Amino acid sequence: MFRAALRLSVSGARSLTRSRPQYTASVAARSYSHGKQETDEEFDARWVTYFNKPDIDAWELRKGMNTLIGYDLVPEPKILEAALRACRRLNDLASAIRILEAVKDKSGPHKEIYPYVLQELQPTLNELGIPTPEELGIDEA
Amino acid sequence: MCHIPRGRARRQLLVDKLGPSYLKMLASRALVQGLQTGFWRRVSTSSAAWAAHTHDIDVVDCSVPQYNNRLDTPLPDVPFVRNLSAEQKKLKEKEKGSWTQLTKEEKLALYRLTHELSFAEMRQGSKEWMTVLGGIFFFLGFTGLLVWWQRVYVYGDVPPTLSEESIAQQTQRMIDMRVNPVHGFSHKWDYEKKQWK
Repeated sequence: MFRAALRLSVSGARSLTRSRPQYTASVAARSYSHGKQETDEEFDARWVTYFNKPDIDAWELRKGMNTLIGYDLVPEPKILEAALRACRRLNDLASAIRILEAVKDKSGPHKEIYPYVLQELQPTLNELGIPTPEELGIDEA
Repeated sequence: MCHIPRGRARRQLLVDKLGPSYLKMLASRALVQGLQTGFWRRVSTSSAAWAAHTHDIDVVDCSVPQYNNRLDTPLPDVPFVRNLSAEQKKLKEKEKGSWTQLTKEEKLALYRLTHELSFAEMRQGSKEWMTVLGGIFFFLGFTGLLVWWQRVYVYGDVPPTLSEESIAQQTQRMIDMRVNPVHGFSHKWDYEKKQWK
């Protein structure tokens, strides 16, 4: 995921994917000085599994998404893809669009993250028929 | 704003909590309060019931999940529009099919059913600060007018000791007294030449 977003340089897409921080940051809510620390891959896998639950319900989707947005990171495209597919299973297009908006908002000043995420998600967006906020015109107030 | 029992519901609550003997004591007070707070409303009707009756949307039930527009909570607890019209229900049914079949307007409509404000709308500021600043300056100016009027029409004359000659006499006396002769006032006076240094 896009940890240590502050360290992202502007020098191209390569640095965007998993710029390794010097420390292995644990899940944002806890910083252990001891004990097993979760790696980025484990974090991603855990969240992908969460959203991939076939009979996920609406509450779990909302809870998962709101929690994920609460972390100090921008979720990886694969987590977002799982979340969008969960929206599809729940027949909730509005939430899918909201998730995209939230990702853009979460990137803050790092304007290069959102286009990258959209680029990675494009096949899923096309397959499921999810419009981007820009297509709907809600990206500007 | 949460539901606060008024009128009969409030009296019932008081009876339940305090017992019937208190009711008589408080009944007149509650009556007066009911009359005061429910100025144009019937005293015997609780405000929530009355509001529901007159479709007053200001009453919000805080005991159930509410909709909110928050940047940190992208998916709110309940959709914005709860009571769907027939047309909206049809759209919701269509949502269960493939989303590629939906037109752009339908997708936008679905978004607006669930969300009141988009992220961009949440983030946009307003021009209210200009009004506030203007108001501040206006009232500062008005205060200045008041202060000027007060200075001219309320204050009397300054004491005679602030006239030119009085101050000259005072200065001469201070020199004669050798006020602050080392570093201060009289130090700056040249006693030989009888002038300021």
